[in-house]
Amino acid sequence: MILGRVIGEIHSTINHPFYDARKLLVVERTDAAGTPAGGYVIAVDVVDAGVGERVLVLDEGNGARQVFGSADAPVRSVVVGIVDQVFLAP
Amino acid sequence: MLLGRVIGVVVPCVVAEGLAGTPMLCLQPLDQEGRPSGRAIVAADATRMAGPGELVYYEGGREAALALDPWFVPVDHTIVGIVDGLHLDRGGAA
Repeated sequence: MILGRVIGEIHSTINHPFYDARKLLVVERTDAAGTPAGGYVIAVDVVDAGVGERVLVLDEGNGARQVFGSADAPVRSVVVGIVDQVFLAP
Repeated sequence: MLLGRVIGVVVPCVVAEGLAGTPMLCLQPLDQEGRPSGRAIVAADATRMAGPGELVYYEGGREAALALDPWFVPVDHTIVGIVDGLHLDRGGAA
């Protein structure tokens, strides 16, 4: 999984049926300290995260399909957690 | 998934089995600010409605094939949605 920060939302009406009524977030990748690490990912939100929040993104297809209980959903990236804090060993 | 801008249409004359009739579009990948990022790619279009100039999001890898019907087809990138609204708010996080 990767750490990121939600920087935006995407709205669409013409999409694959799997994405009907799904909330899509633009998540900027960050390092453990929360600073942007370059790159981003568009992920489906299942934890009701909002813009500005630090999140945990699952970026693997089989795990993502398991989240939605589907064997053939075209999904790989899912926001699966909202991060309060990250503690790093000194 | 990532953002991309449709910049053209590809018209193949012979395609692998299962890909007949699947729209193929030239796509310029974008970064999180909407700026072009890297080289253009060719992507299948699962929405069947995207056209040049449109902002879309696309999936890569195995999930790209899963978006199509039939799904067991040789593609590596597929457009799965057309963006109506993109609201970015970095909120001083940068």
